Amino acid sequence: MVIYQANAQDCNYSFSGKITDFHDNSLIVGASIQIINLNKFTTSNLEGEFVFNNLCEGKLTLEIKHVACETKRLVINLTKNTFKEISLEHHLEELKEVVVKTNTKTEVTSIEKSLKKEVISNFTDKSLGDALNTLSGVSSLNTGNSIVKPMIHGLHSSRLLIINNSVRMFDQEWGDEHAPNIDISSSDRIDVIKGANSLRYGSDAVGGLILIRPKKYAIKDSLFGSTTTSINSNGFGGNVTSEIIKTFNSGYYTKLQANYKRFGDFKAPDYYLTNTGLENINASFRTGFNSYEKGFDAYYSFVNNKIGILRSSHIGNVNDLVEAINNREPRIVEDFSYDINFPRQNIFHHLAKVEAFKRFKNLGKLSLQLDAQLNRRKEFDLRRGDLRDRPVIDLQLFTASIQPNLEINKFDNLKINTGFLVRYQNNDAIVNTGANTLIPDYNKYEVGTYAILDVDINETSEFSAGIRYDYSRIKARKWYVESDWTALNYDVLFPEFDTGIVDGLELLTRPEFTFNNFSTNLGYSKRFGKDYSFLFNYGLAQRMPNPSELFSGGLHHSAARIEIGFLTINKETANKFILSLEKNNENFGFSISPYYKQIDGFIQLIPTGIRTTIRGAFPVWEYNQVDARIFGVDIDINKKLASHFDYKGSLSLLQGDDLTNDNPLIHMPSANFSNSIMYSNNDFHQLKIGVNQKTVLQQNRFPDYNFTTLDPVTQQQVFVDISSTPPSYTLFGFSSSAVFYPFKKGSMEVGFNVDNLFNVSYRENLNRLRYFADDLGRNLNLKIKINY
Amino acid sequence: MKTIKLLAVLFISTLVLTSCGDDHDDDHDHGSDEELITTVLYTLTDGTNSVVLEWEDLDGDTGNAPTITSGTLTANTSYTGTIQLLNRTESPAEDITLEVRAEGDEHEFFYTNTAGLTVTKTDTDGTNPIGIETTLVTGAASSGSLTIILKHEPTKPNDGTSVGAGGSTDVEVTFPITVQ
Repeated sequence: MVIYQANAQDCNYSFSGKITDFHDNSLIVGASIQIINLNKFTTSNLEGEFVFNNLCEGKLTLEIKHVACETKRLVINLTKNTFKEISLEHHLEELKEVVVKTNTKTEVTSIEKSLKKEVISNFTDKSLGDALNTLSGVSSLNTGNSIVKPMIHGLHSSRLLIINNSVRMFDQEWGDEHAPNIDISSSDRIDVIKGANSLRYGSDAVGGLILIRPKKYAIKDSLFGSTTTSINSNGFGGNVTSEIIKTFNSGYYTKLQANYKRFGDFKAPDYYLTNTGLENINASFRTGFNSYEKGFDAYYSFVNNKIGILRSSHIGNVNDLVEAINNREPRIVEDFSYDINFPRQNIFHHLAKVEAFKRFKNLGKLSLQLDAQLNRRKEFDLRRGDLRDRPVIDLQLFTASIQPNLEINKFDNLKINTGFLVRYQNNDAIVNTGANTLIPDYNKYEVGTYAILDVDINETSEFSAGIRYDYSRIKARKWYVESDWTALNYDVLFPEFDTGIVDGLELLTRPEFTFNNFSTNLGYSKRFGKDYSFLFNYGLAQRMPNPSELFSGGLHHSAARIEIGFLTINKETANKFILSLEKNNENFGFSISPYYKQIDGFIQLIPTGIRTTIRGAFPVWEYNQVDARIFGVDIDINKKLASHFDYKGSLSLLQGDDLTNDNPLIHMPSANFSNSIMYSNNDFHQLKIGVNQKTVLQQNRFPDYNFTTLDPVTQQQVFVDISSTPPSYTLFGFSSSAVFYPFKKGSMEVGFNVDNLFNVSYRENLNRLRYFADDLGRNLNLKIKINY
Repeated sequence: MKTIKLLAVLFISTLVLTSCGDDHDDDHDHGSDEELITTVLYTLTDGTNSVVLEWEDLDGDTGNAPTITSGTLTANTSYTGTIQLLNRTESPAEDITLEVRAEGDEHEFFYTNTAGLTVTKTDTDGTNPIGIETTLVTGAASSGSLTIILKHEPTKPNDGTSVGAGGSTDVEVTFPITVQ
């Protein structure tokens, strides 16, 4: 019906215009102009001009975007050929938080992928890792389905910097089963930077950078917010998230946000995954003041996660593991329950930040950020007697930093960012656990300084270069079993750490290490044609070993393995190259990004043997250092199939090699690809209906660390297959959403989604619990979002 | 819409108020493994003579290898057996068997051997066997091994094998045995 109306109209109108800078009327080149209701795109040319032809009479909703500007939306009623001059707030970007501002430039030359608010809000009842997993080149290392660690190009944990509201997260990220403590429903946009390690945040982004960005609010009097409720069939749970924002004409703003999530036992296609429920409570508060000349922003958030871990994954020794692998079904399957028993994790994360800036004429902008974080992690295991309710691991990590930054922008085509960082970190291994601590008490001191240069070479190309130096010193306090200390030759290598204090069999030591890390960064970007761009990034990153790589030593109960770190582990050094060729166009667009990383002294945790204990035999996993190489390519494609149908596809290929031993690297993501088709109709309740498919191929390149062990019952040697990878799998999903206006003001968005549509049983190689149970079965999800 | 906004504020503040507050115990003493079992003793008595099988690893999961003391049993003899689990890093040594007995419904010992022995559990948690107390009957002269497994949270009752019982393994020790 809509189409008939359109045909009846006169459709020969044109709408043209010119995009200029609000401040100095200079022309803005390369701004994208979209007529949202018609889904038409164009960009402004070298004169800042653009034109749309063959338009029908009626209302046009325009969105004008430029990389360094505030996105502008306006509505025009087209009744004749129209020309309009549109000014963009070119400096507004600079009013934003420091984090956003420095990256307007980095963005231009860095290779990255972003998740917008609309996508993030689809994942409010999942985790950061799940949301990022939808991007090409990003995968995740899981422990069950609730503990999801993001992985960029096969690298995770200490090799990824996660920047939450411009604060670098320190939440004991060293462990494989330590997921980031981030409430994604509080974020507005998440950027994954694969290339160009943004030196502003650290020298150790070997894998990449994840930037979680808040929203910048317009300077006007307003009160608005939203509430999202989501219900799921798998886990019989969901979440409620609410945010409310007050802004003022004066430039002040306040935001309050909270999220509550609760799930019971999840279900694989054939059985319940007993003890996989979870409960999360998160809240954040932000307030600040914004003007061109000065501003401040204060932010506080806390995250409380209580996560059940599959009951069947708690095993005693290697023979229990063999039984689990051979049985194929989890050994404990009970009826559905909301109870979160043992094993489980209980984590608190508090994060507070204050930052302020002031601009100086003929110089630039000076800003200062203070932040503090407190992370408390308790891991509960199945224990005997009085210890039952005491955590087996209880660590408290406190981090505080001061970061001044000066941005010199008085030159026309050149911007310089420079600053320094002072950071203090304290880890407190709470003794009351009645268990040996895997990670000791330590104090860590860091000082860093950097300078980053951004040059506009000409209208279409930019260049950036940066250098950073970090000094860090770690002072630990650890009790070693004396026989271990000598067996590892530490009495010869590190006599200075020995305090001579002995308690029973254990010796008190005070290891101290100093690291000097250098990193550099080069980026180049060139736009050509109508919508093509080419980017190149090179980065040198150095990372000091984390506490678990240095100090681990003992039985990791939940993993049924003995993990051993070494004081002899040194820093790792990565050289990263990444290219990207992109075409940004609604009708047909793509990005192809090949990359190559050479990592010298790559620290990995691999199985090295078997040790007999009173609980039986355990595999020993040791940290070692090898020279490694990771290369691959990420490809994304979008294509308009018909007027209401869009196609999207992506493909990630990766290969990781241990060059020292001529072996594949352990835990590397396998080739995977996805396709989706989306029908959207903006004229009918913004209706969207889509189907998607994701295929993960079997990883055929893996190091063979299988071994044999004696089964004490049969007195036979049995084969322990811990290396072989699960077969390929394909999952289908369905998504739909529509927007309604049942109230006088505001809107209501309703979504219905299905994950694992065909209830496929599968196991994922990068899920640490893959030996014990299948992954999740079908999930029906209903989501209602009310904007007010 | 005003009511919704008010409700949103209420919801957010309730969450904030109910979830702040966590204890922090700051104890800087040397932590020790209170669950550690260093020693398994299996004492066998035939009325006059007794044999003690001992499996000991004082420095826990890492460090030195365990020491295993075995014994020689007499053929065609009936022994009364008792298991003792100790933590000898404590002084005096902590007897963990007491805890296992107290939580008898969550624990069970399993005995397997290749030396022609017949081991029967003689104690119960009320309904099902625990296996701290046993009788052991030897057959003809032979040699082989005896494995003792303690399972935590096994299925009870079970088919009498450690594999069938499931649960997680707390102790798994093997002794070489000579019957003559």
